[in-house]
Amino acid sequence: MSALHAIVIGGGMVGAACADTLARGGARVTVLEPGPVGGGATAASMGHLVVMDDSPAQLALTARSLELWEALAPALPPQADYHTCGTLWVASDDEELAAVEPKRQAYLAAGRRATLLTAAELSRTEPQLRPGLAGALRVPGDSVVYAPVVARFLLERAGATLRREAAMALTDGGVRLAGGVVLRADVVVVANGIGAAELLPELPLRQRKGHLLITERGAPAVNHQLVELGYLKSAHGGDGDSVAFNVQPRPTGQLLIGSSRQFERPDRDIDWPLLRRMLRRAADFLPALARTSALRVWTGQRCATPDHLPLIGPHPHLDGVFLATGHEGLGITTALGTAEALGAQLFGEPSALLAHDFTPARFGRVPEAIHA
Amino acid sequence: MPELTLDGLRVTARPGTTVLAALQNAGLSPLRRSLSGEPRGALCGMGTCSECRAVVDGVTVRTCLTPVRNGQDVRRLLEVNRDF
Ligand SMILES: Cc1cc2nc3c(=O)[nH]c(=O)nc-3n(C[C@H](O)[C@H](O)[C@H](O)COP(=O)(O)OP(=O)(O)OC[C@H]3O[C@@H](n4cnc5c(N)ncnc54)[C@H](O)[C@@H]3O)c2cc1C
Ligand code: FES
Repeated sequence: MSALHAIVIGGGMVGAACADTLARGGARVTVLEPGPVGGGATAASMGHLVVMDDSPAQLALTARSLELWEALAPALPPQADYHTCGTLWVASDDEELAAVEPKRQAYLAAGRRATLLTAAELSRTEPQLRPGLAGALRVPGDSVVYAPVVARFLLERAGATLRREAAMALTDGGVRLAGGVVLRADVVVVANGIGAAELLPELPLRQRKGHLLITERGAPAVNHQLVELGYLKSAHGGDGDSVAFNVQPRPTGQLLIGSSRQFERPDRDIDWPLLRRMLRRAADFLPALARTSALRVWTGQRCATPDHLPLIGPHPHLDGVFLATGHEGLGITTALGTAEALGAQLFGEPSALLAHDFTPARFGRVPEAIHA
Repeated sequence: MPELTLDGLRVTARPGTTVLAALQNAGLSPLRRSLSGEPRGALCGMGTCSECRAVVDGVTVRTCLTPVRNGQDVRRLLEVNRDF
Protein backbone atom coordinates (compact mmCIF):
# COMPACT_ATOMS: atom_id res chain seq x y z
CA MET A 1 0.00 0.00 0.00
CA SER A 2 1.44 3.38 -0.93
CA ALA A 3 1.49 6.10 1.69
CA LEU A 4 -0.85 9.06 1.64
CA HIS A 5 0.67 11.87 -0.41
CA ALA A 6 0.08 15.32 1.02
CA ILE A 7 0.95 18.69 -0.47
CA VAL A 8 1.38 21.53 1.99
CA ILE A 9 1.17 24.99 0.39
CA GLY A 10 3.44 27.36 2.33
CA GLY A 11 6.63 26.82 4.32
CA GLY A 12 5.91 29.18 7.21
CA MET A 13 5.53 28.13 10.81
CA VAL A 14 2.04 26.71 10.23
CA GLY A 15 2.93 24.80 7.05
CA ALA A 16 6.05 23.37 8.68
CA ALA A 17 4.14 22.21 11.76
CA CYS A 18 1.47 20.60 9.57
CA ALA A 19 4.12 18.89 7.42
CA ASP A 20 5.73 17.47 10.55
CA THR A 21 2.45 16.10 11.89
CA LEU A 22 1.46 14.65 8.51
CA ALA A 23 4.82 12.91 8.18
CA ARG A 24 4.55 11.44 11.66
CA GLY A 25 1.10 10.15 10.65
CA GLY A 26 2.79 8.23 7.85
CA ALA A 27 2.18 10.61 4.93
CA ARG A 28 4.65 11.44 2.20
CA VAL A 29 4.81 15.24 2.25
CA THR A 30 5.67 17.81 -0.43
CA VAL A 31 5.91 21.43 0.68
CA LEU A 32 5.50 24.24 -1.88
CA GLU A 33 7.38 27.39 -0.90
CA PRO A 34 8.73 29.86 -3.46
CA GLY A 35 10.46 32.02 -0.85
CA PRO A 36 12.66 31.22 2.12
CA VAL A 37 11.35 28.68 4.63
CA GLY A 38 10.00 30.61 7.62
CA GLY A 39 10.00 33.88 5.66
CA GLY A 40 6.51 35.38 5.42
CA ALA A 41 4.75 36.47 8.59
CA THR A 42 6.81 33.90 10.51
CA ALA A 43 10.01 35.91 10.03
CA ALA A 44 8.21 39.16 10.87
CA SER A 45 6.86 37.91 14.20
CA MET A 46 7.94 38.32 17.79
CA GLY A 47 7.80 34.61 18.50
CA HIS A 48 5.96 35.06 21.76
CA LEU A 49 4.41 31.74 22.82
CA VAL A 50 1.47 33.04 24.77
CA VAL A 51 -1.73 31.68 26.28
CA MET A 52 -4.67 33.97 25.47
CA ASP A 53 -8.17 33.73 26.90
CA ASP A 54 -10.17 35.85 24.53
CA SER A 55 -12.61 32.98 23.87
CA PRO A 56 -12.87 29.41 25.19
CA ALA A 57 -11.67 28.05 21.84
CA GLN A 58 -8.67 30.40 21.80
CA LEU A 59 -7.79 29.47 25.37
CA ALA A 60 -7.97 25.76 24.54
CA LEU A 61 -5.87 26.16 21.38
CA THR A 62 -3.18 28.34 22.95
CA ALA A 63 -2.96 26.32 26.18
CA ARG A 64 -2.64 23.01 24.29
CA SER A 65 -0.09 24.58 21.95
CA LEU A 66 2.06 25.64 24.89
CA GLU A 67 2.05 22.02 26.13
CA LEU A 68 3.16 20.91 22.68
CA TRP A 69 5.91 23.58 22.64
CA GLU A 70 7.16 22.34 26.02
CA ALA A 71 7.31 18.80 24.62
CA LEU A 72 9.14 19.98 21.47
CA ALA A 73 11.62 22.26 23.23
CA PRO A 74 14.30 19.67 24.14
CA ALA A 75 14.59 18.67 20.46
CA LEU A 76 15.02 22.23 19.15
CA PRO A 77 18.42 23.46 17.95
CA PRO A 78 20.00 26.17 20.17
CA GLN A 79 19.56 28.73 17.35
CA ALA A 80 15.81 28.49 17.96
CA ASP A 81 16.46 30.60 21.08
CA TYR A 82 13.62 28.89 22.94
CA HIS A 83 13.38 30.51 26.33
CA THR A 84 10.72 30.36 29.04
CA CYS A 85 10.62 33.92 30.32
CA GLY A 86 6.90 34.01 31.12
CA THR A 87 4.49 36.83 30.42
CA LEU A 88 3.53 39.72 32.66
CA TRP A 89 0.12 41.20 31.85
CA VAL A 90 0.59 44.68 33.27
CA ALA A 91 -2.35 46.58 34.81
CA SER A 92 -2.11 50.38 34.60
CA ASP A 93 -4.92 51.12 37.03
CA ASP A 94 -7.31 49.48 39.48
CA GLU A 95 -9.92 48.92 36.79
CA GLU A 96 -7.48 46.84 34.76
CA LEU A 97 -6.28 45.09 37.91
CA ALA A 98 -9.86 44.03 38.63
CA ALA A 99 -9.84 42.11 35.34
CA VAL A 100 -6.88 40.02 36.50
CA GLU A 101 -8.65 37.56 38.79
CA PRO A 102 -11.12 36.21 36.20
CA LYS A 103 -8.23 35.96 33.75
CA ARG A 104 -6.16 34.08 36.34
CA GLN A 105 -9.02 31.65 36.96
CA ALA A 106 -9.35 31.02 33.22
CA TYR A 107 -5.62 30.20 32.95
CA LEU A 108 -5.76 27.85 35.94
CA ALA A 109 -8.79 26.09 34.46
CA ALA A 110 -6.81 25.55 31.27
CA GLY A 111 -4.01 23.91 33.25
CA ARG A 112 -1.61 26.89 33.13
CA ARG A 113 0.03 28.56 36.09
CA ALA A 114 -0.80 32.20 36.79
CA THR A 115 -0.17 34.40 39.82
CA LEU A 116 -1.12 37.91 40.82
CA LEU A 117 1.64 40.46 41.43
CA THR A 118 0.86 43.48 43.58
CA ALA A 119 2.20 46.88 42.59
CA ALA A 120 5.17 46.43 44.95
CA GLU A 121 5.94 42.91 43.65
CA LEU A 122 5.69 44.16 40.08
CA SER A 123 8.23 46.92 40.58
CA ARG A 124 10.56 44.47 42.35
CA THR A 125 10.23 41.96 39.48
CA GLU A 126 10.59 44.54 36.69
CA PRO A 127 12.37 47.60 38.10
CA GLN A 128 12.53 49.27 34.67
CA LEU A 129 8.75 49.70 34.54
CA ARG A 130 7.53 53.16 35.46
CA PRO A 131 6.31 53.58 39.03
CA GLY A 132 2.60 53.83 39.75
CA LEU A 133 1.39 50.73 37.89
CA ALA A 134 -1.38 48.79 39.65
CA GLY A 135 -0.02 45.23 39.43
CA ALA A 136 0.20 42.36 36.99
CA LEU A 137 -0.78 38.81 36.14
CA ARG A 138 2.30 36.61 35.84
CA VAL A 139 2.03 33.61 33.51
CA PRO A 140 5.34 31.84 34.10
CA GLY A 141 4.97 29.09 31.50
CA ASP A 142 4.79 31.37 28.44
CA SER A 143 7.92 31.38 26.26
CA VAL A 144 9.65 32.99 23.32
CA VAL A 145 11.24 31.40 20.28
CA TYR A 146 12.94 32.39 17.02
CA ALA A 147 10.33 30.91 14.71
CA PRO A 148 12.11 30.73 11.31
CA VAL A 149 14.65 28.28 12.76
CA VAL A 150 11.85 26.14 14.15
CA ALA A 151 10.06 26.11 10.79
CA ARG A 152 13.20 24.86 9.06
CA PHE A 153 13.81 22.29 11.80
CA LEU A 154 10.27 20.86 11.52
CA LEU A 155 10.44 20.60 7.71
CA GLU A 156 13.74 18.74 7.94
CA ARG A 157 12.43 16.45 10.67
CA ALA A 158 9.39 15.71 8.49
CA GLY A 159 11.68 14.60 5.67
CA ALA A 160 9.40 16.69 3.45
CA THR A 161 10.29 17.35 -0.18
CA LEU A 162 10.64 21.10 -0.60
CA ARG A 163 9.65 22.47 -4.02
CA ARG A 164 10.57 26.10 -4.46
CA GLU A 165 7.45 26.91 -6.46
CA ALA A 166 4.16 28.68 -5.83
CA ALA A 167 0.75 27.09 -6.07
CA MET A 168 -1.18 29.05 -8.68
CA ALA A 169 -4.54 27.28 -8.26
CA LEU A 170 -6.19 24.27 -6.66
CA THR A 171 -7.41 21.65 -9.09
CA ASP A 172 -9.52 18.56 -8.58
CA GLY A 173 -7.13 16.32 -6.65
CA GLY A 174 -4.08 18.51 -6.78
CA VAL A 175 -2.34 21.80 -7.26
CA ARG A 176 -1.41 23.72 -10.40
CA LEU A 177 2.03 25.33 -10.40
CA ALA A 178 3.23 28.27 -12.44
CA GLY A 179 3.88 27.06 -15.99
CA GLY A 180 0.87 24.74 -15.86
CA VAL A 181 2.36 21.65 -14.21
CA VAL A 182 -0.22 19.86 -12.05
CA LEU A 183 0.92 18.00 -8.91
CA ARG A 184 -1.52 15.37 -7.73
CA ALA A 185 -2.05 14.54 -4.07
CA ASP A 186 -4.52 12.77 -1.79
CA VAL A 187 -4.62 15.77 0.51
CA VAL A 188 -3.75 19.43 -0.06
CA VAL A 189 -3.20 21.64 3.00
CA VAL A 190 -3.53 25.36 2.32
CA ALA A 191 -1.11 26.86 4.84
CA ASN A 192 0.21 29.90 3.02
CA GLY A 193 -0.83 32.56 5.51
CA ILE A 194 -2.21 35.67 3.88
CA GLY A 195 -1.43 34.10 0.49
CA ALA A 196 -4.57 31.98 1.04
CA ALA A 197 -6.69 35.08 0.46
CA GLU A 198 -5.40 35.22 -3.11
CA LEU A 199 -5.58 31.48 -3.74
CA LEU A 200 -9.09 31.13 -2.30
CA PRO A 201 -10.72 34.58 -2.45
CA GLU A 202 -14.01 33.23 -1.12
CA LEU A 203 -12.49 32.71 2.36
CA PRO A 204 -13.27 35.35 5.04
CA LEU A 205 -9.65 36.51 5.41
CA ARG A 206 -8.28 40.03 5.86
CA GLN A 207 -4.73 41.23 6.22
CA ARG A 208 -3.69 43.05 9.34
CA LYS A 209 -0.35 44.77 9.21
CA GLY A 210 2.00 44.99 12.18
CA HIS A 211 5.23 46.87 12.94
CA LEU A 212 8.13 45.56 15.01
CA LEU A 213 11.32 47.18 16.18
CA ILE A 214 14.46 45.61 17.59
CA THR A 215 16.84 47.60 19.76
CA GLU A 216 20.56 47.44 20.12
CA ARG A 217 22.12 45.12 22.66
CA GLY A 218 22.39 46.72 26.06
CA ALA A 219 18.73 47.75 26.16
CA PRO A 220 17.07 48.22 29.57
CA ALA A 221 16.97 44.84 31.34
CA VAL A 222 13.56 43.21 31.27
CA ASN A 223 12.88 39.72 32.64
CA HIS A 224 9.51 38.80 31.15
CA GLN A 225 7.60 39.42 27.98
CA LEU A 226 5.66 42.51 29.05
CA VAL A 227 2.18 43.17 27.67
CA GLU A 228 -0.34 45.73 28.80
CA LEU A 229 -3.71 44.34 29.85
CA GLY A 230 -5.28 46.82 27.45
CA TYR A 231 -3.68 44.71 24.65
CA LEU A 232 -6.81 42.68 24.08
CA LYS A 233 -8.85 45.82 23.51
CA SER A 234 -6.36 46.92 20.90
CA ALA A 235 -5.84 43.48 19.37
CA HIS A 236 -9.47 42.72 18.79
CA GLY A 237 -11.11 46.10 19.25
CA GLY A 238 -12.27 48.07 16.24
CA ASP A 239 -11.12 48.41 12.67
CA GLY A 240 -9.04 51.52 13.31
CA ASP A 241 -5.24 51.61 13.62
CA SER A 242 -4.10 50.71 17.12
CA VAL A 243 -0.96 50.28 19.19
CA ALA A 244 -0.29 48.52 22.49
CA PHE A 245 2.66 48.06 24.82
CA ASN A 246 4.29 44.70 24.10
CA VAL A 247 8.00 44.22 24.77
CA GLN A 248 10.10 41.06 24.66
CA PRO A 249 13.58 40.49 26.07
CA ARG A 250 15.77 38.68 23.54
CA PRO A 251 18.53 36.43 24.83
CA THR A 252 21.03 38.78 23.15
CA GLY A 253 20.25 41.66 25.51
CA GLN A 254 18.12 43.33 22.84
CA LEU A 255 14.43 44.15 23.14
CA LEU A 256 11.74 43.49 20.55
CA ILE A 257 9.11 46.21 20.68
CA GLY A 258 5.55 45.91 19.36
CA SER A 259 2.78 46.16 18.60
CA SER A 260 0.64 47.84 15.98
CA ARG A 261 -2.43 46.74 14.05
CA GLN A 262 -3.80 48.10 10.78
CA PHE A 263 -6.32 46.58 8.40
CA GLU A 264 -6.00 46.83 4.63
CA ARG A 265 -2.40 48.03 4.42
CA PRO A 266 -0.99 45.46 2.03
CA ASP A 267 2.33 47.31 1.60
CA ARG A 268 5.53 46.75 3.57
CA ASP A 269 6.21 50.45 4.23
CA ILE A 270 6.93 51.81 7.68
CA ASP A 271 4.11 54.09 8.85
CA TRP A 272 6.28 56.56 10.79
CA PRO A 273 3.50 58.36 12.71
CA LEU A 274 2.10 55.00 13.82
CA LEU A 275 5.57 53.76 14.74
CA ARG A 276 6.09 56.89 16.81
CA ARG A 277 2.78 56.22 18.61
CA MET A 278 3.84 52.64 19.26
CA LEU A 279 7.21 53.68 20.67
CA ARG A 280 5.72 56.44 22.79
CA ARG A 281 3.36 53.86 24.27
CA ALA A 282 6.29 51.55 25.02
CA ALA A 283 8.34 54.34 26.60
CA ASP A 284 5.30 55.24 28.67
CA PHE A 285 5.73 51.90 30.44
CA LEU A 286 9.53 51.58 30.14
CA PRO A 287 10.91 55.14 30.39
CA ALA A 288 14.52 54.04 29.76
CA LEU A 289 13.52 53.12 26.20
CA ALA A 290 13.64 56.80 25.32
CA ARG A 291 17.46 56.55 25.55
CA THR A 292 17.74 53.27 23.64
CA SER A 293 18.74 53.02 19.99
CA ALA A 294 16.86 50.99 17.43
CA LEU A 295 18.70 48.60 15.16
CA ARG A 296 15.94 47.72 12.70
CA VAL A 297 12.25 48.24 12.05
CA TRP A 298 10.06 46.05 9.83
CA THR A 299 6.46 45.15 9.12
CA GLY A 300 4.53 41.95 8.50
CA GLN A 301 1.01 40.87 7.57
CA ARG A 302 -1.20 38.87 9.89
CA CYS A 303 -4.00 36.88 8.30
CA ALA A 304 -7.22 37.59 10.22
CA THR A 305 -10.65 35.94 10.34
CA PRO A 306 -13.86 37.60 11.58
CA ASP A 307 -13.80 35.73 14.93
CA HIS A 308 -9.99 35.82 15.44
CA LEU A 309 -9.72 32.03 15.33
CA PRO A 310 -7.82 30.18 12.62
CA LEU A 311 -9.42 28.12 9.87
CA ILE A 312 -8.42 24.50 10.50
CA GLY A 313 -10.21 21.78 8.57
CA PRO A 314 -11.80 20.76 5.29
CA HIS A 315 -12.60 23.37 2.68
CA PRO A 316 -16.41 23.58 2.52
CA HIS A 317 -16.57 22.71 -1.20
CA LEU A 318 -13.26 21.29 -2.38
CA ASP A 319 -12.67 17.59 -1.77
CA GLY A 320 -9.31 16.73 -0.24
CA VAL A 321 -8.46 20.36 0.47
CA PHE A 322 -7.79 21.30 4.09
CA LEU A 323 -7.16 24.79 5.44
CA ALA A 324 -4.64 25.83 8.06
CA THR A 325 -4.57 29.60 7.92
CA GLY A 326 -6.06 32.74 9.50
CA HIS A 327 -3.88 32.67 12.63
CA GLU A 328 -3.66 36.44 12.90
CA GLY A 329 -1.26 37.42 15.71
CA LEU A 330 -0.96 33.98 17.30
CA GLY A 331 0.26 31.72 14.54
CA ILE A 332 3.65 30.97 16.05
CA THR A 333 2.04 29.92 19.31
CA THR A 334 -0.83 27.99 17.75
CA ALA A 335 0.99 26.32 14.85
CA LEU A 336 1.56 23.19 16.94
CA GLY A 337 -2.06 23.00 18.15
CA THR A 338 -3.21 23.62 14.58
CA ALA A 339 -1.13 20.70 13.33
CA GLU A 340 -2.51 18.46 16.07
CA ALA A 341 -6.11 19.40 15.23
CA LEU A 342 -5.46 18.86 11.52
CA GLY A 343 -3.83 15.49 12.17
CA ALA A 344 -6.73 14.46 14.37
CA GLN A 345 -9.21 15.32 11.60
CA LEU A 346 -7.18 13.52 8.93
CA PHE A 347 -6.14 10.41 10.80
CA GLY A 348 -9.10 10.10 13.19
CA GLU A 349 -6.86 10.45 16.23
CA PRO A 350 -8.23 11.86 19.47
CA SER A 351 -7.52 15.48 20.41
CA ALA A 352 -9.26 17.58 23.03
CA LEU A 353 -9.10 20.42 20.50
CA LEU A 354 -11.83 18.74 18.44
CA ALA A 355 -14.28 19.85 21.13
CA HIS A 356 -14.05 23.31 19.55
CA ASP A 357 -15.08 24.25 16.03
CA PHE A 358 -12.12 25.59 14.10
CA THR A 359 -13.46 24.40 10.74
CA PRO A 360 -14.18 26.93 8.01
CA ALA A 361 -17.79 25.66 8.00
CA ARG A 362 -18.43 27.64 11.20
CA PHE A 363 -18.99 30.72 9.08
CA GLY A 364 -21.97 29.07 7.41
CA ARG A 365 -22.09 29.11 3.64
CA VAL A 366 -18.85 30.21 2.10
CA PRO A 367 -19.69 31.45 -1.39
CA GLU A 368 -18.59 28.92 -3.97
CA ALA A 369 -15.83 30.15 -6.23
CA ILE A 370 -14.84 28.67 -9.55
CA HIS A 371 -11.55 26.83 -9.42
CA ALA A 372 -9.85 25.91 -12.58
CA MET B 1 39.15 71.96 17.00
CA PRO B 2 36.70 69.63 18.78
CA GLU B 3 38.25 67.64 21.60
CA LEU B 4 36.71 64.27 22.48
CA THR B 5 37.39 61.09 24.47
CA LEU B 6 37.73 57.70 22.79
CA ASP B 7 37.67 54.85 25.32
CA GLY B 8 39.21 57.31 27.80
CA LEU B 9 41.84 58.59 25.34
CA ARG B 10 41.67 62.35 24.73
CA VAL B 11 42.01 63.34 21.07
CA THR B 12 41.32 66.33 18.88
CA ALA B 13 39.65 65.95 15.52
CA ARG B 14 39.08 68.21 12.58
CA PRO B 15 35.55 69.73 12.58
CA GLY B 16 33.23 68.12 10.05
CA THR B 17 34.82 64.67 10.29
CA THR B 18 33.02 61.68 11.76
CA VAL B 19 33.46 59.83 15.02
CA LEU B 20 34.41 56.83 12.89
CA ALA B 21 37.28 58.79 11.33
CA ALA B 22 38.44 59.89 14.78
CA LEU B 23 38.43 56.28 16.00
CA GLN B 24 40.31 55.07 12.95
CA ASN B 25 42.87 57.87 13.19
CA ALA B 26 43.48 56.85 16.79
CA GLY B 27 44.02 53.25 15.64
CA LEU B 28 41.08 52.01 17.70
CA SER B 29 39.96 48.85 15.97
CA PRO B 30 37.82 46.71 16.15
CA LEU B 31 34.83 48.86 17.08
CA ARG B 32 32.77 46.11 18.65
CA ARG B 33 32.36 42.36 18.98
CA SER B 34 29.58 40.19 17.63
CA LEU B 35 27.58 37.98 19.97
CA SER B 36 29.97 35.13 19.34
CA GLY B 37 32.93 37.39 20.11
CA GLU B 38 34.11 38.11 16.56
CA PRO B 39 35.73 41.51 15.96
CA ARG B 40 33.61 43.89 13.87
CA GLY B 41 34.25 47.27 12.30
CA ALA B 42 33.06 49.75 9.72
CA LEU B 43 32.16 48.16 6.41
CA CYS B 44 30.11 50.48 4.23
CA GLY B 45 31.03 53.89 5.59
CA MET B 46 27.60 55.24 4.62
CA GLY B 47 25.12 54.24 7.31
CA THR B 48 23.82 51.05 5.77
CA CYS B 49 25.59 48.10 7.38
CA SER B 50 25.34 49.15 11.05
CA GLU B 51 28.67 47.46 11.69
CA CYS B 52 30.37 50.65 12.94
CA ARG B 53 28.22 51.09 16.04
CA ALA B 54 29.68 52.57 19.21
CA VAL B 55 28.27 54.38 22.22
CA VAL B 56 28.49 58.17 22.00
CA ASP B 57 27.39 60.05 25.13
CA GLY B 58 25.45 57.01 26.32
CA VAL B 59 23.59 56.33 23.07
CA THR B 60 24.51 53.66 20.54
CA VAL B 61 25.01 55.28 17.14
CA ARG B 62 26.45 54.51 13.73
CA THR B 63 29.78 56.30 14.07
CA CYS B 64 30.13 56.81 10.30
CA LEU B 65 27.07 59.08 10.40
CA THR B 66 27.96 60.91 13.62
CA PRO B 67 29.95 64.14 13.33
CA VAL B 68 32.57 64.87 15.98
CA ARG B 69 31.63 67.44 18.60
CA ASN B 70 33.52 69.02 21.41
CA GLY B 71 33.37 67.05 24.68
CA GLN B 72 31.97 63.79 23.20
CA ASP B 73 32.51 60.61 25.19
CA VAL B 74 32.92 57.65 22.80
CA ARG B 75 33.04 54.02 23.92
CA ARG B 76 33.53 50.91 21.84
CA LEU B 77 31.29 47.86 22.40
CA LEU B 78 33.90 45.21 23.01
CA GLU B 79 32.23 43.23 25.75
CA VAL B 80 29.86 40.44 24.87
CA ASN B 81 27.09 39.48 27.21
CA ARG B 82 24.52 36.95 26.22
CA ASP B 83 22.40 36.13 29.22
CA PHE B 84 20.45 32.83 29.25
C1 LIG C 1 4.41 42.01 13.54
C2 LIG C 1 3.91 40.63 13.87
C3 LIG C 1 4.18 40.09 15.14
C4 LIG C 1 3.72 38.81 15.46
N1 LIG C 1 4.04 38.29 16.69
C5 LIG C 1 3.61 37.05 17.02
C6 LIG C 1 3.92 36.48 18.27
O1 LIG C 1 4.63 37.08 19.09
N2 LIG C 1 3.45 35.25 18.58
C7 LIG C 1 2.68 34.55 17.71
O2 LIG C 1 2.24 33.45 18.07
N3 LIG C 1 2.39 35.04 16.49
C8 LIG C 1 2.82 36.27 16.13
N4 LIG C 1 2.50 36.80 14.91
C9 LIG C 1 1.64 36.03 14.00
C10 LIG C 1 2.42 34.99 13.25
O3 LIG C 1 3.59 35.58 12.69
C11 LIG C 1 1.57 34.40 12.13
O4 LIG C 1 0.31 34.04 12.61
C12 LIG C 1 2.26 33.14 11.58
O5 LIG C 1 3.58 33.44 11.19
C13 LIG C 1 1.49 32.58 10.44
O6 LIG C 1 2.27 31.53 9.88
P1 LIG C 1 1.91 30.94 8.48
O7 LIG C 1 2.81 29.79 8.26
O8 LIG C 1 0.43 30.73 8.42
O9 LIG C 1 2.18 32.13 7.46
P2 LIG C 1 3.56 32.67 6.87
O10 LIG C 1 4.63 32.67 7.86
O11 LIG C 1 3.24 33.98 6.20
O12 LIG C 1 3.94 31.60 5.80
C14 LIG C 1 3.22 31.46 4.59
C15 LIG C 1 4.18 31.03 3.52
O13 LIG C 1 3.44 30.69 2.36
C16 LIG C 1 4.17 31.10 1.23
N5 LIG C 1 3.18 31.26 0.13
C17 LIG C 1 2.31 32.26 -0.07
N6 LIG C 1 1.58 32.04 -1.17
C18 LIG C 1 1.99 30.85 -1.68
C19 LIG C 1 1.60 30.06 -2.79
N7 LIG C 1 0.62 30.44 -3.63
N8 LIG C 1 2.24 28.88 -3.01
C20 LIG C 1 3.21 28.46 -2.16
N9 LIG C 1 3.62 29.16 -1.08
C21 LIG C 1 3.01 30.34 -0.84
C22 LIG C 1 4.83 32.39 1.64
O14 LIG C 1 6.00 32.60 0.86
C23 LIG C 1 5.16 32.13 3.10
O15 LIG C 1 6.46 31.65 3.29
C24 LIG C 1 2.96 38.07 14.52
C25 LIG C 1 2.72 38.60 13.26
C26 LIG C 1 3.18 39.87 12.92
C27 LIG C 1 2.92 40.40 11.55
S1 FES D 1 30.10 51.73 8.36
FE1 FES D 1 28.26 50.88 7.64
S2 FES D 1 26.79 51.89 8.86
FE2 FES D 1 28.62 52.84 9.43
